[in-house]
Amino acid sequence: MLTVAGVSAGYGSVPAVHDVSITVGEGEAVGLLGANGAGKSTTLRAISGLVRPTGGAITFGGTAIASMPAYRITELGIAHVPEGRQVFPELTVQENLEIGAYIPAARAERRRTLDLVFTLFPVLAERRRQLAGTMSGGEQQMLALGRGLMLKPRLLMLDEPSLGLAPVVTDIAFEKIREIHAMGTAILLVEQNAGRALALVQRAYVLESGRVVLQGSSAELANNRQVQAAYLGL
Amino acid sequence: MLTAVAQAIVNGLLIGGIYSLVSIGVTLIFGVVKIVNFAQGEFVMIGMYISFFLATRFGIDPLVSLAVSMPVLFVIGMLLQHFLIRRVLALGDMPQIFLTFALSLLLMNVALLLFTANYRTVETPYSEAAIHLGGITVAVAKLIAFVVAMVLSLVLWVFLHATDLGKAMRAAAQNRDVAMLMGINPDRVFAVAVGVSLALAGAAGSLLMPFYPAYPMVGQVFVLMAFVAVVLGTLGNVTGALIASLMMGVAESLGIQFVGADSGLIVVFAMLLLTLAVRPSGLFGGWTR
Ligand SMILES: Nc1ncnc2c1ncn2[C@@H]1O[C@H](COP(=O)(O)OP(=O)(O)O)[C@@H](O)[C@H]1O
Ligand SMILES: [Mg+2]
Repeated sequence: MLTVAGVSAGYGSVPAVHDVSITVGEGEAVGLLGANGAGKSTTLRAISGLVRPTGGAITFGGTAIASMPAYRITELGIAHVPEGRQVFPELTVQENLEIGAYIPAARAERRRTLDLVFTLFPVLAERRRQLAGTMSGGEQQMLALGRGLMLKPRLLMLDEPSLGLAPVVTDIAFEKIREIHAMGTAILLVEQNAGRALALVQRAYVLESGRVVLQGSSAELANNRQVQAAYLGL
Repeated sequence: MLTAVAQAIVNGLLIGGIYSLVSIGVTLIFGVVKIVNFAQGEFVMIGMYISFFLATRFGIDPLVSLAVSMPVLFVIGMLLQHFLIRRVLALGDMPQIFLTFALSLLLMNVALLLFTANYRTVETPYSEAAIHLGGITVAVAKLIAFVVAMVLSLVLWVFLHATDLGKAMRAAAQNRDVAMLMGINPDRVFAVAVGVSLALAGAAGSLLMPFYPAYPMVGQVFVLMAFVAVVLGTLGNVTGALIASLMMGVAESLGIQFVGADSGLIVVFAMLLLTLAVRPSGLFGGWTR
């Protein structure tokens, strides 16, 4: 469904990722692992159109998207939940969710999707009138996830959903991600916390200095000595 | 004495309504597009001349020609964003300041060339009419302008809070990149924001015409008050700009009444300096409200 083929991208004249190739199948959950600065976020930004690739090709459902503006790529059904949550702080929780379903296709089903998101995240229903910026980090992460779901995406890209969250809150967030995946949404999960990520995804790629250095099934990677030493602290 | 105070407050509120249309436009452009539009007053001037010519050539009442000046300025705003502002957005503060400042000078000088420096006025049946309440006199033309200004402000508030496009505008103001991830085309939203801002300036121009003369530099009077109100009301905050504009109007009016005819601005700027000293971020919180 998603094919990233030999993509390079960066900021200004400074390259951040080189020749990255990854795929995500329909309904699959795939991980993108690597240390801080490895190029994980840049890879997601290249896919969602926030960073223009300088080389390579990206297709989604057969459509070439590498040169599309970000708001068009969203319309194809890719939801990108950015690093650091980035909810709209001065919109209410409900308004954030409504904006998540801004594209016409999602707007038509907005009421129903909203009910679903409120069922999945009861805390958002309780806080619907609260300004998003006044919520705790964990609640904002739930909101960012919920806002991504409002799009009814075919692919949900999550950039470090555990960042800055207490372990118990991270447990809840990952449980929700698992539920979302079980509903049939494909997931591309970026994590520094490789242990948690590998427990959730079927396959993963390891990025190092902007290049894919390893890839394989979760089991293979979890048993790989290099991965154990570098990312699993074993 | 009490009557004089009440009279000054009423006068101030009425003119404050006009200030609010100008300052809401400035704060909306700043909040959404992140650019300071020094030319906002010149769009008030254009609105005035539109109403002036429709009144003198076709006998159309300025309150009716509001229906022309607002859409015309909306379109000018969309074009301004698309062809000029959009191109300097990535270039930083200085090119943006130069752009709108140059536009202000250009529009004033073109108006001078086309319309001369003469004061142009429009006489309407209600231009001299007044209502007397107790000892207070309320000029009908100003009362109408105030009421229409408040209605337009309310309509804008409802647009920003109850429509998808309005919410998208607030979202894009808060985080442009993430707004794009929501499927929002920022170019489109920014163009609408500038269009709406200029339409409000045009409305101010038409509403002024029955009781205020049009001349090429007239925008300067209003943009000065608008900038003070925008800072007091917290940059980017629409409701803050509205309330601060009404306060400015009252402060100016009290200054004229009790300090001296030429001293209205002294009170206004004293308020500005005091506020900046005590609360540099303005009297109100961030966006949206
Ligand atoms: N906005 C930016 N401007 C310039 N350089 C950036 C920017 N964001 C990231 N980088 C650089 O790109 C490289 C990859 O960063 P990133 O994709 O954020 O890595 P990760 O998400 O794996 O931590 C890093 O060297 C980082 O310093
Ligand atoms: Mg990152």
